[in-house]
Amino acid sequence: MGFFFENPLGILILTVVKALALLVPLLVGVAYLTYAERKVLAAMQLRKGPNVVGPFGLFQPFADAIKMLMKETIVPTGASRVLFLLAPMLTFMLAMLAWAVIPVNDGWAIADINVGILYLFAISSLGVYGVIIAGWASNSKYAFLGALRSAAQMVSYEVSMGFVIVTVLLCVGSLNLTEIVRAQSTIWFAIPLFPMFVIFFISTLAETNRAPFDLPEGESELVAGFFVEYSSMSFALFFLGEYANMILMSALTTILFLGGWLPPLDIAPFNWVPGPIWFVLKICLCLFVFIWVRATFPRYRYDQLMRLGWKVFLPFSLVWLVLTALVLKLTGWLPA
Amino acid sequence: MIAALSFYAFAAVLIASAVMVVASRNPVHSVLFLILAFFNAAALFLLAGAEFLAMILVIVYVGAVAVLFLFVVMMLDIDFVQLREGFQRYAPVGAIIGGILLLELLMVLSVSRLAPDAPPLLSPTPTGVTNAEAIGRILYTDYIYLFQASGLILLVAMIGAIVLTLRERPGTRRQNIAEQVARSGSVNLRSVPTGAGLKEIGILRPPSPEEEAPKQVEHHGGHH
Repeated sequence: MGFFFENPLGILILTVVKALALLVPLLVGVAYLTYAERKVLAAMQLRKGPNVVGPFGLFQPFADAIKMLMKETIVPTGASRVLFLLAPMLTFMLAMLAWAVIPVNDGWAIADINVGILYLFAISSLGVYGVIIAGWASNSKYAFLGALRSAAQMVSYEVSMGFVIVTVLLCVGSLNLTEIVRAQSTIWFAIPLFPMFVIFFISTLAETNRAPFDLPEGESELVAGFFVEYSSMSFALFFLGEYANMILMSALTTILFLGGWLPPLDIAPFNWVPGPIWFVLKICLCLFVFIWVRATFPRYRYDQLMRLGWKVFLPFSLVWLVLTALVLKLTGWLPA
Repeated sequence: MIAALSFYAFAAVLIASAVMVVASRNPVHSVLFLILAFFNAAALFLLAGAEFLAMILVIVYVGAVAVLFLFVVMMLDIDFVQLREGFQRYAPVGAIIGGILLLELLMVLSVSRLAPDAPPLLSPTPTGVTNAEAIGRILYTDYIYLFQASGLILLVAMIGAIVLTLRERPGTRRQNIAEQVARSGSVNLRSVPTGAGLKEIGILRPPSPEEEAPKQVEHHGGHH
């Protein structure tokens, strides 16, 4: 057993095994999120959704994956070849990379680093590059417009997301994700910081380019936005990246506001359930709301999107940040 | 061993990408190389144990500044042939300026010393506290006025940029959402029985005062 904790080779093997133990369920989750989205949307629109491939259509994601793999990858003539192929890989890689610090249970993180939340924020702010590079490298006006929209949108909403995260950090006193969850053992931050929770959730919708903020791919105006020119596996990577990002953002919401792996109440029937199951259930709840929002709201107009980000969320989160700091200081609850 | 190897790897990529920023012909590629350079600099910070600075470098420079940079550079309409035309003419001037900068840098580096009270600050994590806490303790106590002043300068710069670019064009239509929400009477919700037409539930729009009452048009079933 000592081999795995002392020998460098052993540590490497252990880390790879840990990474696989996290990534394989994640990828299966991504595959089934596409299925869940179609089923939930169908149920909300009084349809059946995928129901042909396998029992209840459960093999649909695999059928889609095989279809994607079989198709031809087309690189447009005027495209910047290397960047064109790099962009989807970047998107997908970043979506996976962020999971290194997510604590699934107390102490169950591949890298339990001190600045975990900053790492997540940094990685999620890099997501925009996949979109911009794809839009630029495609050498197509629709893709380029989509990329420009996405760049402006993601940068705008990051600002208010940053303030929300700072507000949470004020209540925790640490940048470590495990500490953030532990600080919620008395009460989940979603309750005292409810307005911030709502702002954060809406910002994650904008950050992942999901409806009602899916303007970068607004099909009614831009065909498919930044990935118009993509086909086959390169398209699949964008698609998987988007869904992995949704799961990531749900995990982040869970950690920051919904108490991570903690049960809702620390009493008998709830604390029998292991932490990772609570964590996954909470992520599923967030994902359901993601899909629910998509089924409910029409797409925002672009100027309204910018207005919401800069003129509503930014001042509101700023005021709430100052207010939180004030309350914590006056009541002496400020963590040491 | 591993730390030294990764240091040289990151440093080599950093220098190579910095060279490519200047050497690359396409400005968008230049910016992308610049981003790669930022990344490797962040990795070097990580190796030095300054994890907070590394993450802030990525968040601020890569996540925000470089995005805007890329945004602007992508929109530029650049004629590459024209861009390379002036190279011969500007090369001597550029070389002179570069040489002066290099000389100055060498002079500064050769005579510079550490401040006497600096050495305890050199260790990334002084006394078992985390990196972010260590920076916070210095930044918000000893250097609070400088910190606030730099914040003020940034605020002034921001307001300046807004003032310079904001222009009120007369005659543009604007949406005032507060006004729309506050408006009452013109929008109301009704529950409509299934199968009932507009006439049956009586929500025909009243004729507007400017124009005369619209002509009654015959509809033969169907919908509009």
